[in-house]
Amino acid sequence: MEALRGVDLVIGPAEIVALVGDNGAGKSTLVKVLSGVLSPDRGEIWFSGQRLGHQSPLAARGLGIETVYQDLALAEDLSPHANLFLGREMLRPGVLGRLGFLDNTEMRKRAKDTFETLGVDMPTINAAVANLSGGQRQAVAVSRAMTWASKVVFMDEPTAALGVIQTRTVLDLIRRVRDAGISVVLISHNLPEVLQTADRIEVLRLGRRVASFAAADVGIDELTRAMTGALTEAHA
Amino acid sequence: MKEQPVSDSAADRLLLRFVTGSSTWILLILIGLVLAFSLLRFDQFASVPNFRNIAVDASVLLVLGVGATYVIITAGIDLSVGSVLVFAGVVSAKLMEAIGGDGWGTIALGLAASLAAGLAWGFLNGVLVAKARIPPLIVTLGTLGMALGFALVITDGVDARGVPAKLAEVGTGNAFDEIPYLVIIAALVAVAGGIVLAATRFGRHTYAIGSNQEAARRAGVNVDRHLIRVYSLASTLAGFAGFLSLARFSTTTIDGHGADNLQAIAAVVIGGTSLFGGIGTIVGTAVGVFIPAVLQNGLVIVGLQPFWQPIAIGTVLIIAVYLDQWRRSKYRT
Repeated sequence: MEALRGVDLVIGPAEIVALVGDNGAGKSTLVKVLSGVLSPDRGEIWFSGQRLGHQSPLAARGLGIETVYQDLALAEDLSPHANLFLGREMLRPGVLGRLGFLDNTEMRKRAKDTFETLGVDMPTINAAVANLSGGQRQAVAVSRAMTWASKVVFMDEPTAALGVIQTRTVLDLIRRVRDAGISVVLISHNLPEVLQTADRIEVLRLGRRVASFAAADVGIDELTRAMTGALTEAHA
Repeated sequence: MKEQPVSDSAADRLLLRFVTGSSTWILLILIGLVLAFSLLRFDQFASVPNFRNIAVDASVLLVLGVGATYVIITAGIDLSVGSVLVFAGVVSAKLMEAIGGDGWGTIALGLAASLAAGLAWGFLNGVLVAKARIPPLIVTLGTLGMALGFALVITDGVDARGVPAKLAEVGTGNAFDEIPYLVIIAALVAVAGGIVLAATRFGRHTYAIGSNQEAARRAGVNVDRHLIRVYSLASTLAGFAGFLSLARFSTTTIDGHGADNLQAIAAVVIGGTSLFGGIGTIVGTAVGVFIPAVLQNGLVIVGLQPFWQPIAIGTVLIIAVYLDQWRRSKYRT
């Protein structure tokens, strides 16, 4: 099955690009390709003037590309700071570090700093993630991506499971990520949310990129027509 | 009013852990049992020799429990530890018999053999669980039968008794004429296991895998390798427990370990480790090991039939798992 057939996508520095499209348009597949989870059969990915070869999530991470998955991929029994540093733990200096001892004090401090920078309200940094609200969990996942991303963060439906206030918090967070100089690729079903947050909107339909708008120049009606195919490619 | 009372100091963290920790109530039960038996038969129960007996009985199980704690925190299970214990003891005893003599060199080789025998079974368990993706219940049920079978094949079903006298002295002797060596050794294993679990990257990854294996994988944790190491650790400790058992009884006690696996698992779960993974402590396991041991001992001293012990333990076990599920459904939305 072909999930994607002919998608050209450019992501500039420090911009929020929204990928919109109906179910099955290929949004998630595109992000999986770009974040290294899937390898495309054809096509090229260029990053900072360099063509990327075979991709893996680890390789993408090495380039400063992070992904916030729809299911958040958090270890619920661990604390927020343990999640932030999962797989990239900081070790104590000296012999203890070589024996694998964790530097929890430093990790906790850095996590706190990140939460402060992002304006995330974290009630306690020691309780398990399972005890946090949906919005706070989302904030932990976004903060983790922020801690490690230097170039691009992909976010797959970051507000799908959230209430109104939590959604606003996460959208603010996304803008702050952009303001920190990192590009954000936002996947969403929610058009008002996309119009509110994104700088640019790319519309996918049946595996193709069918339209591209500056968020300031487009309304919901036009986006909907592009998504459903009522708007032909010539217009875009 | 800006400063929120955020519980970030070390003391607050300890308090938080004590109040919300799953091993707290079970520690209270243990203290309650000790107090109750002490009140009923103070002279017999609350005596140094009696506590020594309880501790020696618990020490081999504690070593198994440390390994089982790691395995269960990864959301796995290891049924094979009792058989691996027997297999390692048999290999070790046969080797020491073959070498002969009563020197420390013989004993050291015997120890190495028991650890290696344990490690081999654990590596097999780990590879089958992590790489072949066979459920751990089935893998370790298989190796349970295989390890015991090999032990019987090697010995023709007759216990090996080639244990050097010096080793037996360690197994039955006391340091400073007071504290049994076995208890000291088991305590050291538990302390080391507890520190590694709580304070190192190895421990952190163990919790992470049990919490959300896919998340750990996406975060760059080498999940397969870690699982192999955890099962290897559990079986190596089982091998060590086999060696300790040799030291204590001077024989391989082939028929005496059929229920070790379930006892170890019960101790771990009673100690607050979650069968669903991600939660657990070695301290809890230590308490969980001592509750059956104290019950067994206390019931005999009080003059009740010791047959009540498994009934009480079964009840506590079911309550422990029920509370764990209840706690999880409460904070997981």
